[in-house]
Amino acid sequence: MSDNPVNERIKTDIAQNDVMLFMKGTPVFPQCGFSAAVVQILNHVGVKFGSADVLVDPEIRDGIKAFTNWPTVPQLYVKGEFVGGCDIIREMFEAGELEQMFDEKGVAREAA
Amino acid sequence: MNRAERIRSAIESAIEPDSLEVTDESHLHAGHAGAQPGGETHYEVTVVSSRFSGQSRVARQRSVYALLGNEFSSGLHALSVRALTPEEVS
Repeated sequence: MSDNPVNERIKTDIAQNDVMLFMKGTPVFPQCGFSAAVVQILNHVGVKFGSADVLVDPEIRDGIKAFTNWPTVPQLYVKGEFVGGCDIIREMFEAGELEQMFDEKGVAREAA
Repeated sequence: MNRAERIRSAIESAIEPDSLEVTDESHLHAGHAGAQPGGETHYEVTVVSSRFSGQSRVARQRSVYALLGNEFSSGLHALSVRALTPEEVS
């Protein structure tokens, strides 16, 4: 699969952004409640993140599901590692584990 | 069987959970991306099993998703999963 161009694009996105969100819509105009919830949480904890809108890019939309072996969007990657979708991000945030993870991984946070 | 029943049956036979709730939330998403006229697109599952002990959140949710490949390929759009151990519930 290493010569698959979609996988290469995904790997590049993940490598170039410490926090990378594959979502529906954009951070300013999310097109899905689950994506909107993750954007809101990331903004709240004050991390900068890159994003890809899977709705404008069907290749990435299918590709990210296969790449992660995860059938739904949004998907959050931090420092190259898949962290989860909306349920997991919300659970981690509510448990205080999300900020902890960003701090442990050395991702800068600004006061919201 | 409708989709909720199929989801329930797939999880029950594979995981034998202590408890399992499957809720159809498709009506909450009517008109949104992924919604379809007949519904059956958005579900929420809460499953409690000691099998999840020692597993990460990703591993737990992935093991539930893995049982439902047929549903995802036939119109299931979103599945919220709460996968807990009995200790985490009590």
